[in-house]
Amino acid sequence: MAKQNKTESWEYAPSLEGTSHIQLKKKYDLFIDGKWVKPTSGKYFSSINPANEELLAEVAHANEADVDLAVKAARKAYNNVWSKMAPLERAKYIYRIARLMQERAREFAVIESLDAGKTIRESRDIDVPLACNHFFYYAGWADKLEYAFPNRKVESLGVAGQIIPWNFPLLMAAWKIAPALATGNTVVLKPAETTSLTALKLAEIIEESGLPAGVVNIVTGYGDTGAAIVNHPDVNKIAFTGSTAVGKIIQKAIAGTTKKSTLELGGKSANIIFDDAPIDQAVEGIVNGIFFNQGHVCCAGSRLFVQENIADKVIRKLKQRMESLYVGNPLDKNTDIGAINSKEQLETINKYIQIGKNEGAEIYQTKCDLPKKGYYCPPTIFTNVAQSNIIAQEEIFGPVLTIQTFRTVDEVIQKANNSPYGLAAGVWTDKGSRIFNLTTKLRAGVVWANTYNKFDPTSPFGGYKESGFGREGGLHGLNAYVKLN
Amino acid sequence: MEPISFLNIPTSPSIDKVGVEERVARFQTRSIKNESKRQGLKMVLSMIDLTTLEGKDTPGKVKQMCYKAQHLHDLHPGLPTVAAVCVYPSMVAVARKELKNASVKIASVSTVFPAGQAPLEVKITDTKFAVDAGADEIDMVISRGKFLSGEYNFVFDEIAAIKEACGKARLKVILETGELATLDNVRKASDIAIYAGADFIKTSTGKIQPAATMQVTYTMLMAIRDYFDETGIMIGMKPAGGISTSKLALHNLVMVKEILGDAWLNNHWFRFGASSLANDVLMQIMKTETGVYQSSDYFTID
Amino acid sequence: MSRLEILKTYKIYIGGQFPRTESGRYYTPFDKKGKPLANICLSSRKDVRNAVVAARKAFGSWSERSAFNRGQILYRIAEMLEGRRAQFIDELIQQGLTKANAEKEVNLSIDRIVYYAGWCDKFNQVLSSVNPVSSAHFNFSTCEPMGVVGIISEQTSSLIGLVSMLMPAICGGNTAVVLASEKLPLCAVTFAEVLNSSDVPGGVVNILTGSTSEMAPTLASHMDVNALITSQLDDSLKKNLSVAAVDNLKRNYEFTADWSKPESQGLNYISDLQEIKTTWHPIENIGGATSSY
Repeated sequence: MAKQNKTESWEYAPSLEGTSHIQLKKKYDLFIDGKWVKPTSGKYFSSINPANEELLAEVAHANEADVDLAVKAARKAYNNVWSKMAPLERAKYIYRIARLMQERAREFAVIESLDAGKTIRESRDIDVPLACNHFFYYAGWADKLEYAFPNRKVESLGVAGQIIPWNFPLLMAAWKIAPALATGNTVVLKPAETTSLTALKLAEIIEESGLPAGVVNIVTGYGDTGAAIVNHPDVNKIAFTGSTAVGKIIQKAIAGTTKKSTLELGGKSANIIFDDAPIDQAVEGIVNGIFFNQGHVCCAGSRLFVQENIADKVIRKLKQRMESLYVGNPLDKNTDIGAINSKEQLETINKYIQIGKNEGAEIYQTKCDLPKKGYYCPPTIFTNVAQSNIIAQEEIFGPVLTIQTFRTVDEVIQKANNSPYGLAAGVWTDKGSRIFNLTTKLRAGVVWANTYNKFDPTSPFGGYKESGFGREGGLHGLNAYVKLN
Repeated sequence: MEPISFLNIPTSPSIDKVGVEERVARFQTRSIKNESKRQGLKMVLSMIDLTTLEGKDTPGKVKQMCYKAQHLHDLHPGLPTVAAVCVYPSMVAVARKELKNASVKIASVSTVFPAGQAPLEVKITDTKFAVDAGADEIDMVISRGKFLSGEYNFVFDEIAAIKEACGKARLKVILETGELATLDNVRKASDIAIYAGADFIKTSTGKIQPAATMQVTYTMLMAIRDYFDETGIMIGMKPAGGISTSKLALHNLVMVKEILGDAWLNNHWFRFGASSLANDVLMQIMKTETGVYQSSDYFTID
Repeated sequence: MSRLEILKTYKIYIGGQFPRTESGRYYTPFDKKGKPLANICLSSRKDVRNAVVAARKAFGSWSERSAFNRGQILYRIAEMLEGRRAQFIDELIQQGLTKANAEKEVNLSIDRIVYYAGWCDKFNQVLSSVNPVSSAHFNFSTCEPMGVVGIISEQTSSLIGLVSMLMPAICGGNTAVVLASEKLPLCAVTFAEVLNSSDVPGGVVNILTGSTSEMAPTLASHMDVNALITSQLDDSLKKNLSVAAVDNLKRNYEFTADWSKPESQGLNYISDLQEIKTTWHPIENIGGATSSY
């Protein structure tokens, strides 16, 4: 046979993650006091797969009465069991939960991808392992709190009400529950209405782990359910991750009460590329910064600043790289960008894309074919953007990047800080002293230098300014759930 | 226009190794199944430079290898031949006699492979000898000692001189990345080789470990990409040494596809320098055809 | 014939200057016996605004100053206060304290300043961490000052409350706008004179006198104030301020301590006014020289 010398195209055949091993119920009740409880209203809502708009399960809609039951259960568990338990025993329960999660990691990953639209690669390699590791990390703190706060007497707060978003459903549940339990609090947690399923699977694991009834309660529902938690008089602590607008409503609602709060809110983080940066890795960092999890990331590097003398090159490389991103079925192992979490969010993103066009920014979208059904948005960048454009100021929460150029270090620091937000920032340069100059002056809670969107249980995460307050992760994350005397 | 010399080639970008490792890990998570896998494996076979570079090589050994190059596994019809055989200059004539006008190319290492520690005249003579004996392709080594001591001009000029000596033969420039220590050096050496006239850049001699790691190949592919974007000229790539499994070979193809595109996915622009890869690929092809896991006892080892 | 005493004019302190309130208004607090203490500036919303602008302007260089240098300056404040202790004791007596209590309050104030002076170049070591992440990155968390801190001084003391709330803020590199105790404002203004003679750069501390209920909402709602600390406010004002503070998500703390107690000081008052910043950077070649690249 003649040797192959002609150019042919080589495409990746679909490589779908199997779903036969996962177990989903048709209908999920509320997990209160260690039992599965029907909602008092009898109402359920649909959780759908955003990748194909098919129904996954019916989920209970908790109202005030249900939340009250959950808080009462949490209070009872706090008073009678959890606050009295020897710290090491508490630790062992948390370790056990971590192990059980690990054993069912693939099931969690598949359900997360089905429910949230995120790619199986990310849920399998990032979300689920990080969630398990978060429980492992905080488990070990339970009997070592006196080392975290030297010279202070550490007390738990009581009942923690926790409200989490839809972008990292299981991971956020882990970020909330693990430190709360380790410090001796009990929990009432509400997942986001579009992504309840992995939190409910976690409830099954918690049930299986033998954790005393009422220590963790999962109540599903919409904003009204969250409001019932926030306003419940017997909740000692509110931990919220979500939009800045809702964060402010919560903070106003608890003003004048003794409730403590931590808020992890929105962002419009700057990712800054200097001309001496490792350019190909920087391009990866840009991609990772804005297209990770379809851009549904509060710390997404959504404002790109490129030094003017390399802007053309960086944009050319970025476009090339974007063309190798596969958008499509989240369950395909080769998919890089999955489905937008919900119809509403897709509409929001499209609204901002239209605004960007109206503002005169130049749009570039990859030429990928999008699936006919489901909610999808191709990777999108805007060039010719000014700081005063709406798309460069407001959080879009989708795969949409704005690109501005800069000329000097001072200019880019000022522009990067010129935002009500302050969650994260990225800096790319080969020069160490410049990195430290920038990491010091950027007003943001997390600064990634020559990398982006990295997370670890040991690493504190949280923002400055309107990106919220308090830290999650690491030693500093314990602070949110303790009273120090 | 100024003649191209080391002094006026673009500055090589710096490389962050951790970032490269992360990028490479992404290629490794690509899942190649079914038809893609069958197609990919055949492509791998067609890209192999079947190699023997031993002090103990004999005409007999080279003859056997030349036969294998054209008859990879006759029990399974429809397989491609390999791209080339790769031998020492002294064996080029043997290979030419054996292959006659077959489409399998003859590549010869030269420039006092593998160390390259000889004067330029010797290297030119070595190269011309191979070309005259019928080599289609020359795999030269760069002077790593000169490179590491900062004599980039020397390295550049030497490559240019060998390129001239090659005549019509295509020149593959071996960087011997295992001796260059850092990815920054790999990138710089790639740029020097490309601008000095390499038709191909190649990772390794196979005599030094580590050889063709994906991180190194990635770095070299990015140099080729940048050169293409600057000039519109395509350069070939040959990872050599250390690629002995089908999986690794397919990951390399994924990398080529996603960095350079389908235009490079053929043996005119991409080669594997390997001796044991072919049989692993054959076993994998038989597995995909028959559904049964294979034994090396059923695949010849010329 | 007895000599006519020269009365002190109490002014406010903004950006290192001692202006009168831009409003031209004043008020007269009385001592326990009903005797007027002095004419005190009744600062306005615009004074609050000017003070915040001055504090913001001073923030950059104060926060970037070396921690050691900040410690030197705080210690200098203690030295200057020690030198003028008689004046503070007099003012405290004037405002109703016994001599013994007045002396105790001044002594405690000086000691507290020395305490926080010492923390300047130490708290970050205690509160920071190197985080052992699983990937090939070096990761550390350090403290950074929040920025401009609004301080509504505790109302029942003239000096110790102000000192106790202010020192941890500037120790950590923040700048401050302080609303002095409405009824007991004398020491606040005199303390501003101490600050002004202690190498504290202008604008780092700004002190306003006047009506707390008038000024506090402006300070609490100001979008360029990063944190608000109060102490023992009445519930309704506290709630109003908490709501007002939400619009730019000010960090809002109520310190409930009895400042006259020696133990009412500590690292937590510093850390409450610090942000934690986490920095990541790749580490090449983790796993040792033998690993392949």
